[in-house]
Amino acid sequence: MTKDILSISKVEKSYAGKEVLGSISFALEKPEIFGLLGPSGAGKTTLVKIISGIEEATNGETRVLGTNMPNLQQMKKIGYMAQSDALYSELTAKENIMFFSALYGLKKSEIKRRIQEIIAMVDLEQDMNKKVADFSGGMKRRLSLAIALIHEPKILILDEPTVGIDPVLRRKIWGNFQELKASGTTIIVTTHVMDEAEKCDRLGMIRDGEMIAIGSPDHLKSETQTESIEDAFLYYGGVLHAN
Amino acid sequence: MRIKAMVTRIIKQFVHDKRTIALLIVAPILVLTLLSLVFNGKEYTPILALVDVPMPISTELEESEAEVSNQSLSEAEEMLEEKQLDAFVTFENNTPTITLEGSDPTANRATLQVIQNVISKQQQNENVAMEIDYLHGSEDMTSFDNFGPVFIGFFAFFFVFLIAGVSFLRERTTGTLERLLASPIRRWEIVVGYVVGFGFFTALQTIILAWYAIYILDMMMVGNFLYVLLISLMTAFVALTLGTLLSTFANNELQMIQFIPIVIVPQFFFSGVFNLETISDWVSWVGPYTPLYYAADALQDIMIRGYGWQEIAIDFYILLGFSLVFMLLNTLALKKHRRL
Repeated sequence: MTKDILSISKVEKSYAGKEVLGSISFALEKPEIFGLLGPSGAGKTTLVKIISGIEEATNGETRVLGTNMPNLQQMKKIGYMAQSDALYSELTAKENIMFFSALYGLKKSEIKRRIQEIIAMVDLEQDMNKKVADFSGGMKRRLSLAIALIHEPKILILDEPTVGIDPVLRRKIWGNFQELKASGTTIIVTTHVMDEAEKCDRLGMIRDGEMIAIGSPDHLKSETQTESIEDAFLYYGGVLHAN
Repeated sequence: MRIKAMVTRIIKQFVHDKRTIALLIVAPILVLTLLSLVFNGKEYTPILALVDVPMPISTELEESEAEVSNQSLSEAEEMLEEKQLDAFVTFENNTPTITLEGSDPTANRATLQVIQNVISKQQQNENVAMEIDYLHGSEDMTSFDNFGPVFIGFFAFFFVFLIAGVSFLRERTTGTLERLLASPIRRWEIVVGYVVGFGFFTALQTIILAWYAIYILDMMMVGNFLYVLLISLMTAFVALTLGTLLSTFANNELQMIQFIPIVIVPQFFFSGVFNLETISDWVSWVGPYTPLYYAADALQDIMIRGYGWQEIAIDFYILLGFSLVFMLLNTLALKKHRRL
């Protein structure tokens, strides 16, 4: 019995007979920032949805903290930030946070404490009582991140968290990720931005629903004798095609 | 050139949305058909009972277009109570007395006309002396008094259906549904949450609508106001659960609106605004399968006939049944988004 945080073995997913993911396997053993890198349509979102318990794999096994997914109890230990800002624009930032904290069954005192912590982290103290409809794109992303963190999840799943965010803010958010990791949170982040991929502890490269490579950015570059992650990705993609 | 590009694009969009094309053609046909069925329907045939009516008149009535039977007074009264008759005729001191069921002005008119024709022919006199009693309603009752309760039910249904449907749909299109499903919430909790959350506003709408109709529009009302609220609220719950259920089958707000001519308008025709007996037989059977039919029946029972719980209980339970079934189906429909 492994004590893996996340273990995925031979996960396959198809929609109406069309294969989206084909036999993906990997495991996360200790807290780290794990990046899923690949072009859009590669299957990254499907994979993180399976991990978070929204979707179910057609075949294979997904275990989160030792329990098979999907499982409602385990979902409490996962924070999920979707690609689109799933916020209620008629509500204020605070009302949105309160709503989602209630879904995770947080107590009043806990909510009070957590709201202070997370809004300081994402820098939204001044905007808590503003309606989300009046938020900028960057503010909405930060609020989504705050909501994903409200229940102190063991695993944080972020689907393209920094799309449409300016470089200053992006650096700050990545700083947050490092802090979270240091406090024992495992972060799974999907991206198609190569320089962001460099910041991950390990990377899984996905193309056409297949995991074409896995390892630390340095390892992937040295193995392919390339200078950048982008070249490494192209190299692995080429190898796959040659076979 | 730009205009041409626009036109091409719009045509292409239509071609991709075959459903909208179908609606564009099918919906008007459907509504027109219903209208023609209703207005070109059969003449209303009054159903009469005769209680000791003397000879020439009774034979004449039997030969008229009305459906006539001979009954004892107590039998006739009972049948009238149960809406099996439109009226019964008795004779006192050579003066005919007509007791009408009275809640439907169309039936009243048709019934009185048949009897008047026969009696005036017999008495060779245009000004027939006869006494007319109403079990329910009165001669002052207008068609609006008769339709009114149906409209209360209909509007409660219509707007709640649309608004609940569109909000549930938005939940899906803005991604908040997916976000909800990433949390440990159960599918049925989402469904019940919607019913209760909307129920609050629905109750408010119901109270205002019923109050306005009865006290401002002065709609005929002989029953208990609380029963009117109870039935309207139940009707709105059916609309709420049906709206959220059907929103699963719509991809955007426009497609939600497309359900109006398919789901809402036909119910209206079978809800009692038009006497079901005048609607062609091959289509009148639809009524009992539509929730509004029971809502309208109960509301008319309360407001025109002044009936109490015993008479409306069945309608209430059927409406409750519809709501529960729709909620269950909605919970199942959400399986499409998450199995657990």
